[in-house]
Amino acid sequence: MLITGPDREVFISGVAEAPLGEVRDHSELSMIALAAREALADAGLTLRDVDGLFVNYLGEEGTVQVGEYLGIQPSYSDSSDLGGAAFVAFLGHASAALQTGRCRVALIVYASRQRTRATRKLNHWNEKATSPQFEQPYGLPAPMGQFGLLAARHMYEYGTTPEQLASVAVTARQWAGLNPKAWKRDPLTIDDVLESRLICAPLHRLDCCLVTDGGGAIVLTIGDRARDSANTPIRVAGTGESARQWHIPQLPSLEASPGVAAARAALQMAEVGHADIDVFEPYDASTISVLLALEDVGFCARGDAGAFVQEGNLTATGSLPSITSGGGLSYCHPGALGILLVIEAVRQLRGQAGARQVPGATVGLVHGIGGLFSTAATAVLVRG
Amino acid sequence: MVESVFDWADPTTAHLWEAASKEQLVIQQCGACRQYQFYPRPFCLACDSDDIGWVAASGQGTVYSQTTVHLKAAPELGLVTPYVVAVVQLEEGPRLLTNLTGEACRIGSPVQVSWRSRPGQAPVPVFGLATP
Ligand SMILES: [Zn+2]
Repeated sequence: MLITGPDREVFISGVAEAPLGEVRDHSELSMIALAAREALADAGLTLRDVDGLFVNYLGEEGTVQVGEYLGIQPSYSDSSDLGGAAFVAFLGHASAALQTGRCRVALIVYASRQRTRATRKLNHWNEKATSPQFEQPYGLPAPMGQFGLLAARHMYEYGTTPEQLASVAVTARQWAGLNPKAWKRDPLTIDDVLESRLICAPLHRLDCCLVTDGGGAIVLTIGDRARDSANTPIRVAGTGESARQWHIPQLPSLEASPGVAAARAALQMAEVGHADIDVFEPYDASTISVLLALEDVGFCARGDAGAFVQEGNLTATGSLPSITSGGGLSYCHPGALGILLVIEAVRQLRGQAGARQVPGATVGLVHGIGGLFSTAATAVLVRG
Repeated sequence: MVESVFDWADPTTAHLWEAASKEQLVIQQCGACRQYQFYPRPFCLACDSDDIGWVAASGQGTVYSQTTVHLKAAPELGLVTPYVVAVVQLEEGPRLLTNLTGEACRIGSPVQVSWRSRPGQAPVPVFGLATP
């Protein structure tokens, strides 16, 4: 059954964060259950309404394990592993599933306790892949080593400075100061970032995202069911995704970033331009990630993103309020941030973002990245 | 004593590691379209030809990007913190991940291959500033 016409529109009708920060009184699965129940209540639904399930990083046959735990029996399941970008990509996958009648209520969930478990691995190597032969001997810590290489190249090609990179972290911290749920809220200066210890030069400790526990849930519905939602439904107006390389030497150039194709597709589908975007939620795994996202999505010409951030454009009074939760740098980074980027965009577009609300925000753009700067997924979200 | 490369490599890369054990850097080149290829695949990704063979690389290249790592590496890698990981573009075109050794290099610096031995495995190619 292919659904057409106005009834074809897909909406995010419920969102919820899982417990965040340091979580000692829950498992990943119980965190997911709490977030799922809350997001469904937000949508005016219950677990018994869910027939589409989207998960990543939740073990072998993740949708089956999570489905059993939640007591649901999905007719549509998706665990495409696009790294941290998966949760943004799932907005597109879920839209297609809803529009072709494969499911009526789609649930996207994620949780991690990488902080409490202290199990974050620095290496992603797959024993059966080429990495052990051609990359592992050289000790590149994933993913900050890859981001260090990207940052160094960006500085070489465009004259980007360490201060410009640091200004991303300072901007994120300013936003985090307005978010009561943010992990780090104390003021941060450019010098603080530059004086923090080097991790993968030119990136310092404070150029890199947090390691926290956390997660969330997103509910998508279609047509009339969405319009019955308890809260303002947020329309999924455009989505795009792209996967490029696993090994960083195989990325031909900064201009060839997977984010370029993902963002172009999402903007074209949504039929909006850059000037229409009121709020931007880039995946800030590191400070260079944000500069690359600004250029990949096309908010800046190549090489201009450092100055753009330094001029204050991403702040609450800037031309493009961005990282409004405080992001992975200061709010929460539970191994994969994508789901929290979407939740924050929905809160902004509903006008529920409290002290950090961007006044009148009606169009948001979420840009997730995943793997070792391997994948990207973009979504354009519109109020009403 | 170097173990059989099949203990840790695979059939499509065995020739490369056999050459490496003699400190020779080899890459693939397509006989049909002349494209160079690294890392190895069973055919040419540019034109699908099976006519893919091994050639000696000159061992000369330039630094495409580099990062100095201040974290501790796995002990078996024999890397002393801080160490430099780089993407080097070979003169023939392909890029590879490597370490830079010796005198400090910059992005764009000309570099040439040398070899770091490993217990029980073939040496790996690393790079240092090219001697003029
Ligand atoms: Zn060929």
